[in-house]
Amino acid sequence: MDAQKLVKMCNEIGAFFAAEPDKATAMAGLAGHLKRFWEPRMRRGILAHLDGGGAGLSPLAVEALRMHRAMLEPKAVRS
Amino acid sequence: MDSNKILDRGTPDRSARVGAPVTLQIDGVAVTVPAGTSLMRAAHDAGVKVPKLCATDSLDAFGSCRLCLVEVEGRRGYPASCTTPCEPGMKVKTQTDKLAKLRRSTMELYISDHPLDCLTCPANGNCELQDMAGVVGLREVRYGYQGENHLAAPKDQSNPYFTFDPSKCIVCSRCVRACEEIQGTFALTVQGRGFDSKIAPGPGSFLESECVSCGACVQACPTATLMEKSVYDQGQPDHSAITTCAYCGVGCSFRAEMKGDQVVRMVPHKDGRANRGHSCVKGRFAFGYATHKDRIKQPMIRASIQEPWREVTWEQAIAHAASEIRRIQGKYGRGSVGGITSSRCTNEETYLVQKLVRAAFGNNNVDTCARVCHSPTGYGLKTTLGESAGTQDFDSVMHADVVVVMGANPTDAHPVFASRMKKRLREGAQLIVIDPRKIDLVDSPHTRAAFHIQLQPGTNVAVMNALAHVVVTEGLAKVDYVRARCELPEFDKWQAFIRDPKNSPEVLGPVIGVPATTLRDAARLYATARNAAIYYGLGVTEHSQGSTTVMAIANLAMLTGNLGRPGVGVNPLRGQNNVQGSCDMGSFPHELPGYRHVSDPTVRELFGQSWGVPIDDEPGLRIPNMFDAALDGSFKALYVQGEDIAQSDPDTHHVQAALTAMECVIVQDLFINETAKYAHVFLPGASFLEKDGTFTNAERRISRVRRVMPPLAGLADWEATMALAKALGYPMHYDHPSQIMAEIAALTPTFTGVTYDKIDQLGSIQWPCNDQAPTGTPVMHVDQFVRGKGRFVITEYVATPERTSRKFPLILTTGRILSQYNVGAQTRRTANTAWHAADVLELHPHDAEARGIRDGDRVEVESRAGKTVLRAEVTERMQPGVVYTTFHHPESGANVVTTENSDWATIVRNTRSPRCRSARCWCRRRRGSRSSRRLRSSRRRCCRGGSDGRAEAGQDVQ
Repeated sequence: MDAQKLVKMCNEIGAFFAAEPDKATAMAGLAGHLKRFWEPRMRRGILAHLDGGGAGLSPLAVEALRMHRAMLEPKAVRS
Repeated sequence: MDSNKILDRGTPDRSARVGAPVTLQIDGVAVTVPAGTSLMRAAHDAGVKVPKLCATDSLDAFGSCRLCLVEVEGRRGYPASCTTPCEPGMKVKTQTDKLAKLRRSTMELYISDHPLDCLTCPANGNCELQDMAGVVGLREVRYGYQGENHLAAPKDQSNPYFTFDPSKCIVCSRCVRACEEIQGTFALTVQGRGFDSKIAPGPGSFLESECVSCGACVQACPTATLMEKSVYDQGQPDHSAITTCAYCGVGCSFRAEMKGDQVVRMVPHKDGRANRGHSCVKGRFAFGYATHKDRIKQPMIRASIQEPWREVTWEQAIAHAASEIRRIQGKYGRGSVGGITSSRCTNEETYLVQKLVRAAFGNNNVDTCARVCHSPTGYGLKTTLGESAGTQDFDSVMHADVVVVMGANPTDAHPVFASRMKKRLREGAQLIVIDPRKIDLVDSPHTRAAFHIQLQPGTNVAVMNALAHVVVTEGLAKVDYVRARCELPEFDKWQAFIRDPKNSPEVLGPVIGVPATTLRDAARLYATARNAAIYYGLGVTEHSQGSTTVMAIANLAMLTGNLGRPGVGVNPLRGQNNVQGSCDMGSFPHELPGYRHVSDPTVRELFGQSWGVPIDDEPGLRIPNMFDAALDGSFKALYVQGEDIAQSDPDTHHVQAALTAMECVIVQDLFINETAKYAHVFLPGASFLEKDGTFTNAERRISRVRRVMPPLAGLADWEATMALAKALGYPMHYDHPSQIMAEIAALTPTFTGVTYDKIDQLGSIQWPCNDQAPTGTPVMHVDQFVRGKGRFVITEYVATPERTSRKFPLILTTGRILSQYNVGAQTRRTANTAWHAADVLELHPHDAEARGIRDGDRVEVESRAGKTVLRAEVTERMQPGVVYTTFHHPESGANVVTTENSDWATIVRNTRSPRCRSARCWCRRRRGSRSSRRLRSSRRRCCRGGSDGRAEAGQDVQ
């Protein structure tokens, strides 16, 4: 998946949750949204981008991805 | 199938408005009716038929034909029974020698000026004038036929669908009243006085007039004066079936009137609860596409998209498609294939496609065209209120005192509902329009918006926040309602956010482009109304903050207590006939039917047991994700049922590249559409006339679709899906769509009580329909919200990242016009092209002048995604800096210039919306272009002038 697109989408989700006054809630909201709506290869893509330095990701997104990484990691691919 | 004779009780049902029962005598029979009921209706209910011509129960009584006269004991004269209300103790006679004589005399006058061509008249056998001549016993016309008459009046055949033959007109005014009372267009009038009186659609022909071809006048006409051309051609129908329109989300109920297996005409069903006997030009007349010569009736395959199609049998096509899917899954993995369900197909068909994907493909890669329209509605309303659907029925608007129309253009896109809304506005309800474009509702006959918030595209959230800020800071909130029904911690948090001066009209007004005072006054009007209702469309959802706007709308409605009773609510106007249904049926990649997330093990277990396979617990790819995955090589096959993604989805070049990258695209459609150009397998689709099933409209109303002709290609769409499933080794066992609905009901709590028998019995059902609501739910959230407590959500306004620049100084918005529908696959294959033969670009005179563009010029429109060429229509309905077009014609390629920006939550693209898409573009006059005389004259011919003579949108004809 195009990493730049994933970054853009992730940041837009983050922009919505950034309005939440409690930062932990905002990060949980962002990560929860990715878990509920992003297909595994998209989550895998954004986490790989994070591992590659996370260029372009908003600070909230970076922090949320790091904090909730375990939840976001897809299971092994079934064929 | 039922009879073609429609029961007509003469005057409308006034039971909701009249008082206590009164008892009177009619022809010696005691009759008890609600006070205020007309004598004519009371007589009818007592089994006494009073002759009539100008009366019909769809229109207010008029009392002009003098045929329904009665005698009332103790009263002088012969009052018209249609206009005389019942009173206690009345003794009424409907049949006396004197009345018979009067009626015959009246009929003599009518017939003396009427052509005696009954045997060759298209209304022969279905003519009220003919019937009444028989009823009153007309045997002679003493006046003869040689006197002055109207028999030579020329016939107007300008309208493509009906004729106007004034020689047959009795000037009963039913057509004029239908145009006013039912449609609300006021296109017709009675011109002249006395003997010179005649019905006229303005100074010119019907096609030149303001007539919108809804057919209400044709329906109301008691003679052959206004008559469908199809009846002229085919004769009177001999049987009919009640079915549901396949165009917009209003979901009008129609009688398909037939002769053998040919549709003679579609007549709006009087008892249809969505449309209450009304129709629009599409549903009423534009059904000819179903038998158009372009219909593909034979399956086709090809090895590559460069090769020509090869016709094959159904068995060969299905076997090839199944083998390709399995080959691709074997090579690229289980998740390399997916499917798209269609909002043009039935609930049962969309259910089967998602079942096919989940059970036979073994993944959740299923999505639907709501991805480019109303997904934010589902997300936003589920988050705030607890259910992914509108809160009201359409009748509710008749109880509204303030109506907000936001990002919707109902008179064009949902015309039948718009007519009801206009009726309520004419009764005195106030209107607030929130739209960057001056839509018809802003200023139409006898209705004018109290406020038109002509916002800058992309500032929906800012508007909603500013309105809510005023309500909170001026103490207009319904605090008791909020405290009783909403989550208070979330409300307190939201209230702190919305009180912030950054959300005030004074701060946001300049961003929105509307004075703060207007925003404040509009907020006060909405908040202080007894009942205030919000109706919104794709101008809200097809936006980068679409979901946020929907939640902001819900916030405002909760804040003001405008949820949970008739006359209020949050009402999405759905784009296609079965958008609601396709979403209900589990078409989203993260939800099983009934909007239950695939991660819920209980729900997965339920479906897994029923379907006999495990359900994947991870969300699948959404349509744009499928495109992206195709381009990165991990998504290789797609089954598309009844959806033209290559034309309807934004950023066409991107879509085309994705489709080209796939190894197997299976398209199932009526016609070779734009997507089929990239397909390897083509399965012929069946129109709504060729199959059984149900549609669910914007008010959650489940209505029957009934097969009136056999599938032209041999299989209904649900049967083709079953065949594909079987070839994939997953046989499904249904003999009729009613069995599919039974499975849906068994697995979906909101559908538990839905059966075909019950739909037949009730006419239609609004879900939820279960033990708690056995006959359905017209209004949701009555005592509490579906989620329990309503949830206020913080809705920060985030400006779209796309900004105008020197290179791209304009904002493009898109929308729909009355006569065409979506990508035009259906309506372009009908005579509706008489009104809109090509997409045009509307732009403000200032923008036109700055670029040297004149009305009718061909102009290039370019964004960073692509460019296209459109005819210019210079109009002040646009605001400077904003241009508008439609996407009904593939040649114009409107979506070539739309970009990939999307809603943050649902990735609905900024696409075909009257107000939201903000692809920046520039346009210039195309070299060598000139204003065409023909175009100008065509526009004059076809434009509907507004009340100020202004041209309306998109009525251009090349």
